[in-house]
Amino acid sequence: MKDNRHNLYERLKNRGLTPEQEDVILAELHDDGDHGIPYTEDGDPAAEPNTGKPIYAFADLPFLQRMPPPRGSYTTALRSLDELLERDKLREKDGFPRKIRVGRLIKPGKGGKDKVVVVPSTVEEKFIHDAVKPPDEDGDAGGSGEGEEGEVIGEQPVREEGDSGAGPGQGEGGPHEMESNAYDLGKILTEKFELPNLQDKGKKRSLTRYTYDMTDRHRGFGQLLDKKATLKKILETNIALGRGPGFEAPETIDPSDFIISPRDKIYRILSREKDYESQAMVFFLRDYSGSMWGKPTELVVGQHVLIYSWLLYQYEKQVETRFILHDTEAREVPDFYTYYNSKVAGGTQVASAYRLVNEIIQEESLYQDYNIYIFHGTDGDDWDTDGRQALPELERMLAVANRVGVSIVEHGRGGAEVARYIKNSGLLKKYAALLRLDVMGQDADESRLIEGIKRLISTEKVAAA
Amino acid sequence: MELIDQHTKSIMEGCKERARDAGLRFGDETLEYIVTNRDLLELSPKMMIPTLYDYWVHDVEVLKERGKYELYPSNPYETVINTRPAISFYNDNNPDWLNVMIFYHVLGHIDFFQNNVYFSHTWDMDFAGQALADKRLIARLRSEKGRWVDYVIEFARSIDNLVGYHTELSRMDRPQTTRAGKRLDFYFDVFLQSEKKVRIGDYIKEIERYNESVREFGGVGEEAFFSEVTQKHPEFESIFQKSLEGKSKRKLDLPQFLLEHSDFLNKEENKWMKSVIQVVRKTSLVFQPQIRTKIMNEGWASYWHETLFLDDDRIDGHEVAFARVNSGVTAMPRVGLNPYALGMRLFYFLEEMADKGKYSFAFRKLLDANEREKYDKGGQEWRGRDFIFKIRETLSDFSFINTFVDQDFVNENKLFVAGRRLNRQKQVWEYFVKSRKAEDYRQMIIDGLYHPPAIRIDAEKSTDGDLYLNHVFEGYPLVKDFIPNTMLGIEFLWGGPVKLETSEVAAATEPVRPPVMMIPGMPLQPQPEREDYEVKWQRVLYTMEDRNLSKTILT
Repeated sequence: MKDNRHNLYERLKNRGLTPEQEDVILAELHDDGDHGIPYTEDGDPAAEPNTGKPIYAFADLPFLQRMPPPRGSYTTALRSLDELLERDKLREKDGFPRKIRVGRLIKPGKGGKDKVVVVPSTVEEKFIHDAVKPPDEDGDAGGSGEGEEGEVIGEQPVREEGDSGAGPGQGEGGPHEMESNAYDLGKILTEKFELPNLQDKGKKRSLTRYTYDMTDRHRGFGQLLDKKATLKKILETNIALGRGPGFEAPETIDPSDFIISPRDKIYRILSREKDYESQAMVFFLRDYSGSMWGKPTELVVGQHVLIYSWLLYQYEKQVETRFILHDTEAREVPDFYTYYNSKVAGGTQVASAYRLVNEIIQEESLYQDYNIYIFHGTDGDDWDTDGRQALPELERMLAVANRVGVSIVEHGRGGAEVARYIKNSGLLKKYAALLRLDVMGQDADESRLIEGIKRLISTEKVAAA
Repeated sequence: MELIDQHTKSIMEGCKERARDAGLRFGDETLEYIVTNRDLLELSPKMMIPTLYDYWVHDVEVLKERGKYELYPSNPYETVINTRPAISFYNDNNPDWLNVMIFYHVLGHIDFFQNNVYFSHTWDMDFAGQALADKRLIARLRSEKGRWVDYVIEFARSIDNLVGYHTELSRMDRPQTTRAGKRLDFYFDVFLQSEKKVRIGDYIKEIERYNESVREFGGVGEEAFFSEVTQKHPEFESIFQKSLEGKSKRKLDLPQFLLEHSDFLNKEENKWMKSVIQVVRKTSLVFQPQIRTKIMNEGWASYWHETLFLDDDRIDGHEVAFARVNSGVTAMPRVGLNPYALGMRLFYFLEEMADKGKYSFAFRKLLDANEREKYDKGGQEWRGRDFIFKIRETLSDFSFINTFVDQDFVNENKLFVAGRRLNRQKQVWEYFVKSRKAEDYRQMIIDGLYHPPAIRIDAEKSTDGDLYLNHVFEGYPLVKDFIPNTMLGIEFLWGGPVKLETSEVAAATEPVRPPVMMIPGMPLQPQPEREDYEVKWQRVLYTMEDRNLSKTILT
């Protein structure tokens, strides 16, 4: 794999690269990370390294008595998400900004298939001092022991910081996290955050599922008398018998004269109906190259959880998902957990992921039965700088997809190729109804994420910014 | 929550006896509870005060990425809470010997709470009981006013770090001044010097005249003196009276100012809000000293749990287990700060120094390092102890660190300031020994101490129903994201436009970084350290009016 990357780099170099592009590529090239799922463990609080921990982080219960910090079970969560959001809605009515954030710390649970852990969170704002620090240096800490001034006494890999790809895996969650059904979250998103409802849900597909309804009619006996149909039948019978002398003058009809045959009574009876529903296939594509370290990954994955939840609600759970991770090569992973937690490393080739999506769609003829949604999250950096390979693949995807949404988190470490070549390609205009692009900064918060989702999924034909 | 069993309680009582014999002083009654994980879940958002008022934010995970300790200064996992009687919390399955150690630690804290002057405003207060009364008040209001109570709590809490804690403290122990004494002080200190600007010779003559008049007339000497003064300066009396009026105005903190001067809060239908604000303010004041004495408090408690445990005859045979736990708590980390270890070492150090008589003028005069080292004028056994008892009574973290962390202490404990920098080439954070100077070490600790911003009310600029707040610039800006909502709350409580003058970064000069040459397989040149990072500041004015925030640049 390493060799592949080098070969690719050589080829790209021969084609010519700007110095910045080369920097970005080299940084990823010399990166020795792997894509494993970070190992998390409930540590002994006292055993944690306390570098840079402020003195106020120490307290007697965890430190002296070694008592683990409390961890809430789902039943002890005092208020439900719904209640909190209801309160939040009232705030808006009273003219104050909302305070509850959901989804910021969302991650899929290990267990159930469509469970996500929702941590409603908030912050109490006050006037407090901010730090002014040069970006590359961190605050000083205390230390003790041997060593000359200036001597380096230890190193810590940069990646460890946010547990790399587990930027999303923010530790093991706080005391008040709630496990919520992704479906419920989708409902909340739709209702409370006014994400649009899909008007036309596209192709419908028959399912091997039946509903029972009082749709069939039956003469003579049954569960429910269909009065209108019965009356019609009675009229028919009486006309056929010539018992309608007054039909030329309707006001003379006397219904009490009608003869009613038992077989004229029409009933409705239960019957088995085949059910047709539209359903969706969602591809989530995530760039897990080295440059995605930290915030960008967190945002992309957070947004994908929300989109997933929303679609799940929109399609009444008739959603199937495929997860694809890519660096220079793409691979499909079996579940959201792996998708969510895989660490970042390696280079970037957006085209690889698009190609894999197209292959899957072709091989499995998915376009016949499904409404296909493709969401791709990246930091916008691509070794394939002008999209020479990515753009044709993208166009192929657009031919079969209901929507392709690309979210780009800019981190200012170079690389905005994806945004640039998509914009320049004219595809946004050509497939205005199908392709959406959303570019956000890496300081985006949850409301920005939801804003982004609206942009990605809205049905209005606007050229995305 | 359950009380500890009788057996464990008897251990506690034994600890109390021994602690008292060693000189600690604390109230007789204490309550010890066993807490489960579930209890903690409810207690920790309420700062371990079981009776604290209910507030919905307590039920929600609070984001703590930024400024955690500035926003929520009270530690949610403390073992002892400062109330009468003192309450402490324990794990269910602690072995007896461990309980002995923890009890001594707890008693150290209780002694500290009840003797350190920074806590003096809490000394005659049963806070748990007070909090219960407040909780009921808020519950009652909530049943009448609904969610508006929560808004008022929210807005009051958003300024609860601006309480005038030090003003409140300084009022506690002020010596009584007589009116006569005030007049005399005013005459000599202000009137003659600032108003009349008399020459030194005349000033001395005036003092002489006063002394003579006291000698001559005894008890009424001062009156006689002033009768002459009023003949000479007929305007004196009125100027003095005027100065008294000015003085009598108390310095108000922001919550107090709103309580007294907000038209909105003083409307009949809004008066209930004032009691809510008072509850929040009072609660905040109770927690203020704790965070300002963290190093001392933990150091003091650690000093005593170690000292008393080792002398305790009841724990024979558990020394090794104790040593393991104790070293985990009180070891100095290679990198990082541990308030337990730092405070404890400083107390030991001070005791030793005082034992040798090193806190004396004679010692300070010594310049010879050799002689300083050998200096020992001690001998009386309890001198060092007395000294540290005095310190636990009178200092806070800032004065403790600022006064006593000197080069001797830093050298003896091999302390240093550890820097952290990014090595771009290796993609690692490097920790390095940045400085072993006492002043740097001191500064590093002081920089990390809790320090809420100073926000003053500018009466002169508060016109037309505006409230003008002035953030006194101390080298740090305010967290920008928090300004809008905080000001929104103040505007609500004030009932009119609110202005905030503060400083922001206008431009930061980035040093020019030489382009990075990356040659595969070759090491890079080391990056220069970023010493030349400079910040330019500007004063800005935020205005919150009708829930809309605007900003103008002042300079």
